[in-house]
Order: sequence, then structure tokens, then C-alpha cells
Amino acid sequence: MISSVLSRFSTKMPSRIAQIRLTSSHPQVYEPCDDSFALVDALLADRKHLLHHRPSLCIEIGSGSGYVITSLALILQDLKTTHYFATDINPHALKVTHETLQAHGVHAELLTTNIAAGLDRRLAGMVDVMVVNPPYVPTPEAEVGGDGIAAAWAGGENGRSVIDKILPIADKLLSEKGWLYMLFLAANDPLQICLGMREKGFASKIVVQRSTEEESLHVIKFWREFDGNEGGSLGKMGSPKGWEFLVSQFSRFSFRK
Amino acid sequence: MLSSNIKGVINGFPLRIEVEKVVEKQVDFNPDFLKNMFSKIDWKALADASKIMGYAELPEEVPDASVLDSDEFLQKFHHALLELHLEEGALVCPETGRRFPVNKGIPNMLLHEDEV
Repeated sequence: MISSVLSRFSTKMPSRIAQIRLTSSHPQVYEPCDDSFALVDALLADRKHLLHHRPSLCIEIGSGSGYVITSLALILQDLKTTHYFATDINPHALKVTHETLQAHGVHAELLTTNIAAGLDRRLAGMVDVMVVNPPYVPTPEAEVGGDGIAAAWAGGENGRSVIDKILPIADKLLSEKGWLYMLFLAANDPLQICLGMREKGFASKIVVQRSTEEESLHVIKFWREFDGNEGGSLGKMGSPKGWEFLVSQFSRFSFRK
Repeated sequence: MLSSNIKGVINGFPLRIEVEKVVEKQVDFNPDFLKNMFSKIDWKALADASKIMGYAELPEEVPDASVLDSDEFLQKFHHALLELHLEEGALVCPETGRRFPVNKGIPNMLLHEDEV
């Protein structure tokens, strides 16, 4: 994986994702790291489906450096029919997000807020693509939130404090055809998260699974499951359904050891 | 597109806009995007907000969807929705008077601890 990370520093790389050398930074803002790369790689892996999906509204919760939302805007740049929102609880982060977007010639509406407070009523049922790299690291509860850089990773018990607040908001914001791409750590118990989302009518699948020296990362895609709606991604696989399929995906990656 | 999020405020939107500085940014004209957004936005809120920000060209009442065939209308809608930005000022909750500052085009909706 080192070569794929290094290639991001190359000036020859395709312009369809944000370039690290153009990504702005600030001492109080989380810089793109393995988790950010995993999330962008998931978006790239799903690029064809995303282009076919033709999202009108996309939102990133917790945009930090802006690397992910900028990459999404570049991946979908050919569509020209997509509008972007990004939020962060850290005002410094949105300044950096703004600079990163601007350096790549793309635009998003930015809002300093907790998750999507202030937007969730106006945008309810309107969001076609939502991307989230949440604060997922298990920490003492007292470290969650706050106005510094720790808000970027502090996830409370099992790293689930903020994740469990974001999921119902995703359910509220996502349109009927809406997709959520969210990053989890094995310690967050993603299988339990998927089963919980299933009760709300969401199907899910792992788009990227990656183990780094420190972490086991999973990017999971969720979509509302209706008859005949396969989230645009399972068609060729004979559309396996049901929780047996879900569990089989996870057991393949030996999640719950 | 914002609504106030202070607990207990049911009809917290649209927020009143206090203007210190408005900037105009040129954005590529895209009729498909506008037609898509037309049914999704709160028209009166957009028309009122644009007026406060110095652009009074939009009809105040919700126009019939047939206006989407008019290029002239789409250009105005495009300008109001995408090119007009509140750079400095505030969004004010009409019920509580709570001010949410806007700096460098970014509204700050964070509440103090005693408000949540």
C-alpha cells in the first residue's frame, strides 16, 4: 500500500482526487492519513456507480482538511449537476477545507456546526451521497467533542459516541436513493452497526477493508433497501440479500475475533 | 438553506439575514441542476434572502414550474441561488433573536452549552 500512498505525492497523478501538495493544513486540524485515504479509495472504487447515480446533493460530516469532500467533488466533476455541503465542529477545519477546495477549483457550502445541526431539517430526505470519517477512536467520554483537534478522533466508549449520533441523522438526511459511505474501526463493531442500520431499512456492504500497522479500517456503504434497489453496486453479483450475506462479508474479514 | 437548531424552536426557519458584506462569485450556468433544485428549495426564503442581499429580481411568490422553460428566469434563479454569497454578517433566529455569525462566508451554528 505504500506505493499507492506515495503516488498521491506525485504530480503526475490523475486530477480526479485531491492532491496532498494542494491540501491546506493548520496545527488544530487533522491532516489526511490512512483513514482519509481509505475513504477516498472507497469513493474511487465506486466511481462508476457514483457517476451513474448522478447525485444532486452531497454532504460530508466532519470535513477536516477537506481532502475527502474535495476528492468527491473532483470524482464527480464531469456531472456538473452536483452541489456540495461540508460541516465541521472545528472552525479552523472549515477554513482549511475552504482553502483545499479552492486550490482544486471546486466549491462546497461550508457550515461550522455539530454534525448537521441547522441543516438537518432543510436537507431532510434530499442528500444523495453522504461521506463520513467520524471520530472513531475509543477514548474516555470526556474527550469527545470539544473545540480542538481531539474532536477529529475522540470517539468515547468503543469509539461509538459520535458514530451513534451520526447514523440517525444520516437516516434523516438521505434521500430515497441516498448512499452513505462511512469509515469504521474494527473496535467500533461494524457488524453490529450494519445490523442496526438494517432495522432502519438499510442494506450495506464493505467497500474497502484495510489493515494498517495500528488499525483495521473498514469503509462501509449503506443504501435504502427497496425491492429492485440494489444500491447500484451488487447487480452483477446476482444481488445477494439478507443478513446472511452481510454476516458472511464480515466473517470473511474475521471481524469479531 | 439553513434553519435554526435551538431546542424548542419549531418554526426556526428561515433565519433573518444581517448583511455586512455580500460577494458575487461566478459559477457555471447549469439548467439541469437548477430544474432539479427548483422543487426542493423554499422559494420564499430564497427570494427574501436574495432581496436582503441586494438582489430583488426574483418573484416573491412561488412561480409556476413552467417558468423553468425560460432562460431569463433560470439565469436569475442561478444568480440568486449560486452566485450570491453572504461573506460577512449573521443569521438570526426570528423567534429567539439568537445570532449565528457568518465570517468569510462560513456560518457558525455552534450553540453554547446552556443552549443545547
